[in-house]
Amino acid sequence: MGVFKRLMTGAAVAAAMAGGAQAQDDPVRIALVVKALGIGFFEAAHKGAEEAAEELGNVEIIYTGPTDTTAEGQIEVINSLIAQRVDAIAVSANDTDALVPALKKAMDRGITVISWDSGVAPEGRQLHLNPSSSPLIGNMIIKLAADHLPDGGEVAVLSATTTSTNQNVWIEEMNKVMGDYPGIEVVATVYGDDLADKSYREATGLMQTYPDLDAIIAPTSVGIVAAAQAVVDAGKVGEVNVTGLGLPSEMAGAIESGASKSFAIWNPIDLGYSATMLAYNLATGEAEAAPGAEIPMGRMGTLTLDDNTEGAMADPFVYDASNIDEFKSIF
Amino acid sequence: MTALLKSREAILLAAILALLALIAARFPGFVAPSNLVRVFTDTSPLIILALGQMCVILTRCIDLSVAANLALTGMVVAMLNTAAPDLPVAATLAVALALGAVLGAINGVLVWKLDIPPIVVTLGTMTIFRGLIFLLSNGKWINAHEMSASFTGFPRAEILGVPMLAWIAIAAVLLLAVVIARTPLGRAFYAVGGNPHAAVYTGLNVGRTQFFAFMISGALAGLTGYLWVARYSVAYVDIAGGFELEVVAACVIGGISIMGGIGSVGGALLGALFLGVVKNALPVVDISPFWQLAISGSAIIIAVAFNAQSSRGRGRVILRRAEHRT
Repeated sequence: MGVFKRLMTGAAVAAAMAGGAQAQDDPVRIALVVKALGIGFFEAAHKGAEEAAEELGNVEIIYTGPTDTTAEGQIEVINSLIAQRVDAIAVSANDTDALVPALKKAMDRGITVISWDSGVAPEGRQLHLNPSSSPLIGNMIIKLAADHLPDGGEVAVLSATTTSTNQNVWIEEMNKVMGDYPGIEVVATVYGDDLADKSYREATGLMQTYPDLDAIIAPTSVGIVAAAQAVVDAGKVGEVNVTGLGLPSEMAGAIESGASKSFAIWNPIDLGYSATMLAYNLATGEAEAAPGAEIPMGRMGTLTLDDNTEGAMADPFVYDASNIDEFKSIF
Repeated sequence: MTALLKSREAILLAAILALLALIAARFPGFVAPSNLVRVFTDTSPLIILALGQMCVILTRCIDLSVAANLALTGMVVAMLNTAAPDLPVAATLAVALALGAVLGAINGVLVWKLDIPPIVVTLGTMTIFRGLIFLLSNGKWINAHEMSASFTGFPRAEILGVPMLAWIAIAAVLLLAVVIARTPLGRAFYAVGGNPHAAVYTGLNVGRTQFFAFMISGALAGLTGYLWVARYSVAYVDIAGGFELEVVAACVIGGISIMGGIGSVGGALLGALFLGVVKNALPVVDISPFWQLAISGSAIIIAVAFNAQSSRGRGRVILRRAEHRT
């Protein structure tokens, strides 16, 4: 498996080099390492990275990652990138700590390392680009539900697993701002384990336990789709609004059926674009990653780093019936 | 022996009824007829898979690839549907059954001709099938809006107020009951699993019997693949991840001996229903998700302990008789 992956990465790089060599002698080679290949979200980020590369000119994007979402797979990919002497690695990590030794090795060899989307511990990267900040997301998911409930109402949360860090932090942040949404009551938090069948069952259970439920907030892409299907099957379209975080391609059916009025997700194209811009600026020495630094990222403005050298890109982007058709074919 | 089996099923049935009563005490709506139909429908995929798994376990094998088979067949029929939305549902069902049977036959051939332990074979094919889904789909999801209305509508279509999905499970139970009780193949499952050496002497081909068990399991998994994808209106690499263990658990709870040769269609049905009731009840009775896992796990261990107890008793009886003769 390891050899196979290395060969694959090698072949991809060779192909990329063959293409790039004609245009530029020594382009800045930025590797975009994703959690796993073949995920729509990351394919879209790749699109954004290519957009940034085109804008910058002298940049070559190496889009790579393991075939399954494991830290081991990513370490192999990173080691092969070090061997290829890329200029920068921008990684969405499968594990906060496991990648640190490999990434440290990369930094020791003078390679710029940043993490984006899913972060690496501070000692393993120069900066981390959050797609959004947890407070912004926590506020957004409750706002999405509240916007359609002017007179208040009951909402329930359908999360991933009980141990999913992301979801737990978002729900915590959501609870902090509940005071801004008078009349909205969170009646339950249930866990669908990111399995379609369990999420469906939990959503059905919510509608049974709380007959007056007005909205289900699912800050997870598997859960939101399953909840929407459960609402359709229960014949509660129009009564229960499913919202949260999901991908436009996966949620197009739910928007069409009316089970979901709107949902949000960061724009992965913007994310890939910003990560590439940041990696380029650091690799070429135009900016330095330090607490408080402001690093330009093209059309997305600037990233302000906090004490942990982390920064947030923007508010999550809201998708509804007006723009779903445009985005469903993208990611 | 039959009396013991019957009583074991009776005990399980009593356990399910007691469970329902307990749930009804906390959430009366759960035992409303419409909700029981819903629970049965929700459990249908598990029932169908447990029936197939039962055939395999009866022959002293195990099929860990059922969930992967389900996911692969589901992905194939979903892709077929996006390519040819006008394909009639009957054709989709035929493709699902056939493809599932072929995948099951691969397991069967490996066990039969190469004599590899079934747990190793199916562990391997499980990974291969999941990998194939990735290669076929490039890891992309097939979503509700890409599937045709008739494709996703079929399992939901109601006859006499009961969804098609549940009717298919009922049909599978009846069909398997006939196959197990009334056909040479069904009887061969017991003979091969109960005592393979004796089966050979009576002229049964052990490998061939196991091959057919795997094929039945595969065909049912393929069928469930279509139903699953249509029901949840989504197909991706990880659907039904880890479901094979739930299927084995349903069989074990249903009193099907993992050592082969013991078990019944009724047991598989009740075992699946027991898990189905637990899974559907836990979200509505407001039990912490951590307890949910512990409860499902305890049910399995209790069932296994029960099985071990009964088979140990049987062994003692044989020894005592042998003692008397000498």
